[in-house]
Amino acid sequence: MAAPYDLKDDSVVVIIGSGAGGGTLGNELAQKGIDVVILEAGARHEYEDFINDEWDSFAQLAWLDKRTTGGGWRVAKDFPNLPAWIVKAVGGTTTHWAGASLRFQDHEFKALTNYGKVEGANLLDWPITLADLEPYYDKAEDKMGVTRTHGIEGLPGNNNFKILKAGADKLGYKECHTGHMAINSADRDGRMGCQQTGFCFQGCKWGAKWSTLYTEIPKGEATGKLEVRPQSHVVKIEHDSSGKATGVVYADKDGKLHEQKARVVAVAGNSIESPRLLLNSHSSKFPNGLANSSGHVGKHYMRHTTGSVYAIFEKPVHFYRGTTMAGIVRDEARHDPSRGFVGGYEMETLALGIPFMAAFLDPGGWGRSFTSALDHYDHMAGLWIVGEDMPQEQNAVKLHAELKDDYGMPIPDVWFTDHPNDVAMRNHAYAQGQAIYSAVGATRAFPTPPYPSTHNLGTNRMSEKAEDGVVDKWGQTHDIKNLFVSDGSQFTTGGAENPTLTIVTLAIRQADHIASQMSAGAI
Amino acid sequence: MVTIYEMQAGLSRRELLKRGSIGAMLVISGSALISPRNAWGLEVTALKPETMATLIVLARDIYPHDQLADRFYAIAVKGQDAKAGKDAAHKELIENGVADLDKRAGGAGYRSLGWEDDRVAILRDIETTPFFQAVRGDLVVSLYNQKELWPIFGYEGESYSKGGYIARGFNDIEWL
Ligand SMILES: Cc1cc2nc3c(=O)[nH]c(=O)nc-3n(C[C@H](O)[C@H](O)[C@H](O)COP(=O)(O)OP(=O)(O)OC[C@H]3O[C@@H](n4cnc5c(N)ncnc54)[C@H](O)[C@@H]3O)c2cc1C
Ligand code: SF4
Repeated sequence: MAAPYDLKDDSVVVIIGSGAGGGTLGNELAQKGIDVVILEAGARHEYEDFINDEWDSFAQLAWLDKRTTGGGWRVAKDFPNLPAWIVKAVGGTTTHWAGASLRFQDHEFKALTNYGKVEGANLLDWPITLADLEPYYDKAEDKMGVTRTHGIEGLPGNNNFKILKAGADKLGYKECHTGHMAINSADRDGRMGCQQTGFCFQGCKWGAKWSTLYTEIPKGEATGKLEVRPQSHVVKIEHDSSGKATGVVYADKDGKLHEQKARVVAVAGNSIESPRLLLNSHSSKFPNGLANSSGHVGKHYMRHTTGSVYAIFEKPVHFYRGTTMAGIVRDEARHDPSRGFVGGYEMETLALGIPFMAAFLDPGGWGRSFTSALDHYDHMAGLWIVGEDMPQEQNAVKLHAELKDDYGMPIPDVWFTDHPNDVAMRNHAYAQGQAIYSAVGATRAFPTPPYPSTHNLGTNRMSEKAEDGVVDKWGQTHDIKNLFVSDGSQFTTGGAENPTLTIVTLAIRQADHIASQMSAGAI
Repeated sequence: MVTIYEMQAGLSRRELLKRGSIGAMLVISGSALISPRNAWGLEVTALKPETMATLIVLARDIYPHDQLADRFYAIAVKGQDAKAGKDAAHKELIENGVADLDKRAGGAGYRSLGWEDDRVAILRDIETTPFFQAVRGDLVVSLYNQKELWPIFGYEGESYSKGGYIARGFNDIEWL
């Protein structure tokens, strides 16, 4: 099949990755009449092809190229080659995601100002405010059909939610509901309502959950201005002698290399692959990698302070039935240092099937204390903690010194160690989560450790000053005018909220900026 | 693939038991493991049948669920035999690991220790070894990923073909 855009066409915007950031940016630009080529490493599986089976779905969608990890976190020991659980497919991790869509709070954009200097952390204020983003948050919520915004009804609560809500009420929590979810509670935007299948993490076979795969991408393609090229793994970004990006080199499904020329390049490969690609694109002009004059590319890797609490009850719960994450307690998301840490956290319902529960309950665990918990699987309720973690310089995505991928490029080595603030927050959240369940009669409750990272942030952070970060307030790299970062790696700090709504919001805003810079001839 | 076959006619339960069994429930007959009580057998190709019998006990000791028949553990560790057939180093890892268990148990070996606690005490001493890690790491998937086992835990598995749970109890809790 002939590609709509020629490899030598240097008028196109090339976007690397088709997930939350890349898929959204591609559609937004195409809607404005700009020619876009999205290069996506993964294959295209339409939503009918998704599989209601945890391991089979993981094999179908997850990014399984080799990675290594180190540092003090437990994931390094339990999952030495799986620091992150993210996707390699058209639609990126928006195929796997659960749909929780929360705006950042105002104070979180000014973490340094509001939290003060935290020892061992490199806190920084974002160069933008909530007010700057509000109009774009509005557009993103409308686009994604986020419940409890724009007059869209909330999802009905499943059994897991009912328990969370009863416990939250007993503890006196005020803000507990079925969440702001990018999941249709009724037919909307040509997609049907949620059927409570319970396999949100495996890709929604009904298309009820927003994913760029079946929203942004086909809408963009319908304009005739967007080409998505699957199984196209970008290995290097090229530049000319003036330091301007000129195109990208990618490997097709047979491993054959091609160069796609470009007027603008936007990197949206998620927070491990994006910095890796910039670092791997080093040249004699940019020996430390592209856009890395500050030395910040790959640094300040954040992954949210997470953990889960599961509890067992006398009577059945069947928590795996229904929407995986439609339930939230927001009362602890505030910044209140009297709790012994800065920033806040959310508690959200979570259920896993038997195969993943066994793998993640207590990785490496065995014996009766482990199995007796699983024995009561159908009497279990569960929640996931997601809180703001501290950006630390030594938490970083680095290039592996020896190991290379199939294309001869160094693989990423992901380093992470909790900051004491992260530990204090997690312990607080574990106690509160267990208290919620004890309040409604749990016979046993247990905290379980963080899973491989699903939220990967901060490795090309946004900063006012070029020496503090990699990109400016538009996601435009400080060093190279026609090179952009369009995913969660832009985040200056993580906030307490699940990141995707903010990634989409930034992409919509960035599209306006790219379009105006292009028409002004600035890029 | 794992071949679990029904006990053939002609090989009567009495006969099997007469041949003598090492563990109480598993009979080793040639290259096969047979569970006379539950009428299934398992062909072993690369590993010694005695090794496979020990792996089945070991699997239960690692993830003990009293409501699960031995069959599920046998299926779960069958992959070790297949892998041993393809990879001599893996075969050695497993055979040596099991021999070590028997040595630590003394007497008639690991399987002859009657109490789970006694066997688990040995496992606590070797839980960081590559042998234990290889068996446990594989088992956590090969055991719990068996669809036939899910209903025993009350997990209903695939739900799309049944229209999800929207009309099948996603919010049916009455006891709160
Ligand atoms: C199980 C799970 C549940 C989640 N639930 C939520 C939730 O409820 N709410 C929320 O806000 N977030 C959630 N997330 C996180 C969310 O999915 C991510 O934050 C979001 O998808 C990140 O967007 P992105 O554009 O940065 O990257 P992605 O969506 O991961 O897209 C990156 C894409 O780039 C491609 N790519 C990478 N490198 C290259 C390369 N070199 N060449 C070509 N292509 C490349 C990848 O294959 C991938 O398709 C969840 C994640 C998981 C795994
Ligand atoms: S629970 Fe709803 S959103 Fe989740 S997979 Fe099922 S239909 Fe889709």
